[in-house]
Amino acid sequence: MAETAITDLDQLKGHPALAKLLEWNPSAVLGARFDRNELTVDVDRSYVRQACATLKPDFNFFSDLTCVDWFPSEPRFHVKYHLLSHALKERVRLNVKLAGDDPVLESIMSVWPAANFFEREIFDLFGVRFLGHPNLKRIMMPEDWEGNPLRKDYPVEGYR
Amino acid sequence: MAHMSYTATADFTADKTMILNMGPQHPSTHGVLRLLLEIDGERVVRMVPDIGYLHTGIEKTCEAKFYQQVVTLTDRIDYLCPMTNNLCYVLAVEKLLQMEIPPRAQFIRVMLNELTRIASHLVWLGTHALDMGAMTVFLYCFREREDILRIFEMVSGQRMMTSYFRVGGLSLEPPLDFFDKVRSFAAKFPERVDEYENLLTTNPIWVQRTKGVAHLSAEDALALGVTGPTLRASGIDWDLRRDMPYSSYEKFQFKVPVSKDADVYARYIVRVQELRESIGMVKQALEGLPEGSIKADAPKVVLPDREKMKTEMEALIYHFKIVTEGFAVPAGEVYQAIESPRGEMGYYITSDGTSKPYRVHMRSPSYANLQALEAMCVGRLLADVVAAIGSIDIVLGEIDR
Repeated sequence: MAETAITDLDQLKGHPALAKLLEWNPSAVLGARFDRNELTVDVDRSYVRQACATLKPDFNFFSDLTCVDWFPSEPRFHVKYHLLSHALKERVRLNVKLAGDDPVLESIMSVWPAANFFEREIFDLFGVRFLGHPNLKRIMMPEDWEGNPLRKDYPVEGYR
Repeated sequence: MAHMSYTATADFTADKTMILNMGPQHPSTHGVLRLLLEIDGERVVRMVPDIGYLHTGIEKTCEAKFYQQVVTLTDRIDYLCPMTNNLCYVLAVEKLLQMEIPPRAQFIRVMLNELTRIASHLVWLGTHALDMGAMTVFLYCFREREDILRIFEMVSGQRMMTSYFRVGGLSLEPPLDFFDKVRSFAAKFPERVDEYENLLTTNPIWVQRTKGVAHLSAEDALALGVTGPTLRASGIDWDLRRDMPYSSYEKFQFKVPVSKDADVYARYIVRVQELRESIGMVKQALEGLPEGSIKADAPKVVLPDREKMKTEMEALIYHFKIVTEGFAVPAGEVYQAIESPRGEMGYYITSDGTSKPYRVHMRSPSYANLQALEAMCVGRLLADVVAAIGSIDIVLGEIDR
């Protein structure tokens, strides 16, 4: 029943998002994976804002931004950008891996202002910082809260 | 949340403007939304939304539950459209499992989702009109909403937190008179929409309070991540049900209402037309309802029928295993988006191959739509803020999760 995921770049480069990124800067693309009808492109963290700007003419809509904590393995944080193309009716997921001791990456607010709340949420709940965000403050938790609740080393029932 | 420090502008320091605190307890904020409004007389200069008062950590809780237990948490995110949340979550898990759902279950899911959309839009219409002083509409809307809640109670035993959909299908076959109840509701509802429209559409007070108010251009709407009726009222013709169909929406005929006026009135018109389209889809689902099973044939995931569990050893074993250990989901990640009454509702789920989700993230439409509020309100009167909040139809439960 289950189809296996495709991870070979050559097989996947027909997908518009990947083609565009490879044409722009092959060194920014660290890998790709096509699984369950969804394309994920691993992007080098220093290129994430430019990669979004490159995709924006086709993938015009910023859908979602979230993060997964793979503690204790490294690189620990996987930040996921979900972009949508209204014209092509396609989605693409950009995946940026960040080490646990240096969870910093560039804000994409200059590309999509919509990322504002989403970046603040990840900063609040995971402790990942976004450089260039104009108002990087906690959004869900109280401002004097200690810790980042969605990290895997943070207990589900909190500290008592 | 809480003591949100406000970076004062030069005008504020020079005593030209003042800061007004609206909410978190305010009847027109539809929940616990706090707005910091910098005003110059009656005019809004700047607005900072402060959220998080309803944050209950649902995403974290999901990581500690079995896949089937998470269904009950999804209702509580957006309490006005429980079925939509149930559907989005089960579709995401079914995508992870690469599971086929029988057509009958898909049609009933569509039917209930459209009824949910109607119920949600009715709450929106009633409270939105109430905010602006039209009391009668509220009573009319809640009369019809009550009928829909009774229909929900028939299938799930609950009026609001339904949790009726299961991974692999539905929890039970609907009771015998369920379809008759839906049919009679669908027959009378279009007239009721006429009643609401008679009260509002050409009402001079309503038109004056809404026309040209809280304008949001198409470019701003796209840049700020706005989805749903608010986006369509800004002239972008995009509906996930038509453009990226799920759960057999491709088999239904419906129009996607779009308006170019981009004001509060346009959002009202778009939603009222959606009420009519939705009831049309309910009728189509009733007419074209296929026969067959309501559960996928996957004994390791779907609970067996009660009768089988009592008579067959194997069914009893599967039942015991699913209830005590849950079912394992192959490793991977998916993002499933559906059109909720408020816009693009998306569930991102990562599985590590165990019976509990490794990470569940909800992309809630209200969360992104709220970001457009400042663009709508700046430069306008304070009283228009109330109209603008109503027009984007936010639910704070899904913003804060």
